[in-house]
Amino acid sequence: MEPFIHYAPYTGWVYPNETVIEWSVAIVVYPYITGLVAGAFTVSSLYQVFGFERLKPVAHLALLTSLCFMLFVPLPLLLHLGHPERAFNNLLTPHWTSAMAMFGYFASFYIVLLLLETWFAFRPHIVGEAQKRKGLSGAFYRALTLGSYDVSEPALRHDRKWIFWLAIAGIPGAHGLHGYVGFVFGSLKSREWWSSDLMPLVFLFSAIISGVALLIVLYVVSSKLRKTPIDLACIKGLAYTVWAFIMVAFLLEGLEFANIVYKAREGIEMILAYVTGPLLIPYFVLQFGVGSILPLLLLSYMIWRGTTGRALIVGVTLSACLVLLSVFMMRWNVVIGGQELSKTGRGLLSYPLQVFGKEGLISALWLVVAPLIVLLGVTRLFPPWEHKTAP
Amino acid sequence: MKKRDAISALRARRLFLRRIGGAALAAGTPAVVQKAAAESFPTPGYDWTKRRWAFGVDATKCIGCLRCVEACKVENEVPLTAHHFRTWVERYVYLEGENRPRIDSHADPVNIAASGSEREYRFANRYQDAKVEKAFFVPKLCNQCEHPPCVQVCPVGATYKAKDGVVLIDHKYCIGCRYCVQACPYGARYFDEEKGVSDKCTWCYHRITRGLQPACVEACPVGARVFGDRNDRQSPISLFIRNNRVHVLKPETGNAPNVFYVGLDKEVN
Repeated sequence: MEPFIHYAPYTGWVYPNETVIEWSVAIVVYPYITGLVAGAFTVSSLYQVFGFERLKPVAHLALLTSLCFMLFVPLPLLLHLGHPERAFNNLLTPHWTSAMAMFGYFASFYIVLLLLETWFAFRPHIVGEAQKRKGLSGAFYRALTLGSYDVSEPALRHDRKWIFWLAIAGIPGAHGLHGYVGFVFGSLKSREWWSSDLMPLVFLFSAIISGVALLIVLYVVSSKLRKTPIDLACIKGLAYTVWAFIMVAFLLEGLEFANIVYKAREGIEMILAYVTGPLLIPYFVLQFGVGSILPLLLLSYMIWRGTTGRALIVGVTLSACLVLLSVFMMRWNVVIGGQELSKTGRGLLSYPLQVFGKEGLISALWLVVAPLIVLLGVTRLFPPWEHKTAP
Repeated sequence: MKKRDAISALRARRLFLRRIGGAALAAGTPAVVQKAAAESFPTPGYDWTKRRWAFGVDATKCIGCLRCVEACKVENEVPLTAHHFRTWVERYVYLEGENRPRIDSHADPVNIAASGSEREYRFANRYQDAKVEKAFFVPKLCNQCEHPPCVQVCPVGATYKAKDGVVLIDHKYCIGCRYCVQACPYGARYFDEEKGVSDKCTWCYHRITRGLQPACVEACPVGARVFGDRNDRQSPISLFIRNNRVHVLKPETGNAPNVFYVGLDKEVN
């Protein structure tokens, strides 16, 4: 059996209480899946609000992906809390000066919004199934109609209007939810690695690219599984989206690091020793090199050469996988990296990643995989491949 | 008129809810518990608006005996490990030919090995064969900041600043998110895994509200720790601040600590 508490080995000078790294891999996964929610919703909104017709084949998949991941967003936090049974105190008696106090409201608002938008988007399907099916599954769909069976053109026009406005409300909702996550870290003055005005934006743009990248992978994999042709225009549209946003994300992350180095405040020696030592591979190689620069170059090359067909699909999917890795590494390097750098500015800790336990590696993997399993089930009930509501 | 009606209706509703709550509490809780809860905190008769507590540390006096740490652990039921402290002592040693000090605390593995137990604390004589140019100890504890970042970030308001200046934690309300632990730049907070809540020094609030000194102050054999009420101009702390040029830790954070130091070195943060 593993010991109850795991202490972090360290070098140099660290405060005695710092030898327990309090925010674990669960807190790495939390902004990661929140980012996937925001990014997937961005894709949905690009089609619903901004009329990016190319993204139509993934618009409903994006909505369902966002919803399925959103359902799991509170879970890493609940696993982390010392008293999860008191989690609702956050909603009942929020402390307004705390960035974290906003979480419950942002999350609740956003879940409701996603449920509503999904309901409107899938209403024709729900009504169709309710009328067609018998037994338990029929009852399920009939309950979901909420008594509304009207799928006439005026009714659908009304639905589209709702979808449009919900998508508009969702843009600040999704991005506020994720910008706030960045603020949770960036607003702390106790750690030089976190304390940055750019942090909310860094989180936001990396969230967008991770969500779009996830959709690329999901779309390609689902099309392969369903043995349906992949819409190249859609893949290209998603590739352009990643390409545009990855540049901003990369620039912001680079600027943030440059600021820390250039300002060279107290503790900079330790930060430099850290990024050129233990963080060399996670930060420079994986997050920047393999995860950002490589996909950026790959996508740029394909756009420049006008690559199409199978090569485009393989190239874009590969880039998307790299982006997903990069964003995970970014979350890791912020959350764990920030704590591995001692508040004294004179010591380095080493996070003892656990395999088992509620905040261990297996739990973290489950937290990422579980929304995908739920998504698989949800796509059976509400196939996002049909677009009856689309004009 | 309508507005007034609405307000009185609201008041009536609140009163009603309070009564129901009170009745439910009375029905579900034994009288003894209720009485204990009413009297245990804060200390009966203690008026927190009358006091302005502050703490002084004379680092030039500290001999690193660590009686303060042991007294604190016992007094406040702090987990007996080398990773949970409400107060601790740091040792700074400048060796000949070196520009930066070597810093450790009693929680350092070498010092724990010397004591033989995580429950007993001492500084190992690790520099006996080296040429020491300058060396000193610095006791640390919660600074009960004027603008505490831990209070700012607590999502549920479980940690709060009392009127007398002490930052307290309601352990029955803390959700255990540890945001406060992250926000404290001094490393003064720790997470009590068994209780599932954050904890830190309260200057022995249960003692000072009864007119006693904090356990560490009482245990210190050399008077390196000073405590008192700043509203009283003749209190030890008022004299300490008035008669010395005092310094606080990390003033650039804007937290405005209420632990005042004498005899700090530029390398102490």
